[in-house]
Amino acid sequence: MFGLENASGVGGAALVVGVVLVEAILLYVGYGAMERLLGPTLVRALGGE
Amino acid sequence: MTTELLGVATPLLAMFAGFGVLIGLLFGFFGMGGSFLVTPALMVMGYRTDVAVASGLAFVFATAVIATLKHRDLGQVDYKLGVLMIAGTTAGIEVGKIGLHALQAMGIADTVVSIIYVGLLGGIGVFITYTATWGDGGGGISHDADAAHGEVDANDIPDVAKKIQSYRVPPMMELRGGVTVSLWMILVVAFATGLLSGFLGVGGGFIRMPALFYLIGVPVPIAVGTDLFEIVFSGGIGSYLYAIDGAVNLSIVVPLLAGSALGARMGAAATSLVEEDDIKVYFGVMLLLGAIAVAVRKVGDAIDMPVLDSVSLVIIVGAAMLVAGAVVVSSVREMRAESRASKSSAD
Repeated sequence: MFGLENASGVGGAALVVGVVLVEAILLYVGYGAMERLLGPTLVRALGGE
Repeated sequence: MTTELLGVATPLLAMFAGFGVLIGLLFGFFGMGGSFLVTPALMVMGYRTDVAVASGLAFVFATAVIATLKHRDLGQVDYKLGVLMIAGTTAGIEVGKIGLHALQAMGIADTVVSIIYVGLLGGIGVFITYTATWGDGGGGISHDADAAHGEVDANDIPDVAKKIQSYRVPPMMELRGGVTVSLWMILVVAFATGLLSGFLGVGGGFIRMPALFYLIGVPVPIAVGTDLFEIVFSGGIGSYLYAIDGAVNLSIVVPLLAGSALGARMGAAATSLVEEDDIKVYFGVMLLLGAIAVAVRKVGDAIDMPVLDSVSLVIIVGAAMLVAGAVVVSSVREMRAESRASKSSAD
């Protein structure tokens, strides 16, 4: 995935861990924004309103 | 023909994302208890042990980053305690590894480790189930966020923690939540949990988090936040070391994380809806079933019956699905009850 299938060694490892770290931060920000936007609507729908 | 996304089969990505949601739900709700599912599941799916361990570790690292950011926003990370715990735990892990090598030389390492692991997991499971069912609700995982910010109530501090706090060997440390404890006591507890962690070859979150609460007396939300902060470092370093050998598989970690980050938000939202005692008993049962699953796998290894590996995975995943399902059903039921109550009061 992302062309990093064969990444290894010191540089490759830093790149792989960096990708995981960036994904984690993007998901934190992205899902946070999504929760603020869609959360109330979803709660109303699940609550049967 | 199977479609591919970024060079990976779409059904495989969807399966990992779905599995991630399940794990995230448990992690978000309980603050622990999800990550131990990943590595055994990957091994049963046929991945090499080093790939399963490395990818599981990278997943734990990323999950801890997200959860620590969340806990930091809520003021639930004690950095000073976290750094001390990292120092003590690292030393403990090294000594634990020496003990493990000594047992390996005697040829009894696997048996001893399996017995301790099953006993520990089962013991914590019995304790949480017992306190949730017959106790005063003081055991296990509390979601009382108020305790994170204010002074901790003396009645909420476990007796063992009160005893440890009573040893006033200087220098004394002031921790979040108004807890004062000797630096040496923190290091002793950190060393002991590290020892166990190094000995058992596990990350140790399920040992360290209860230790911070039951032994040092830190309020549960801060214990969870600080434990996660420590996992960021241990998981990050561990992932990096495995990645040097090319063992971290991103086509596992990326979709798993995308699902688990979503599930964790759902789990965290559910904590404000569900009465924790209703669910705590399920969590205790899940740990107990986890202990049984590990025992079944070890028996399978001992008598050379690989089918027991699959039985073990079915027990673990089944238990996780049961608990996650209970959290979702209880949350939706609670939301509907609140909605009905607000409608009838408006009428």
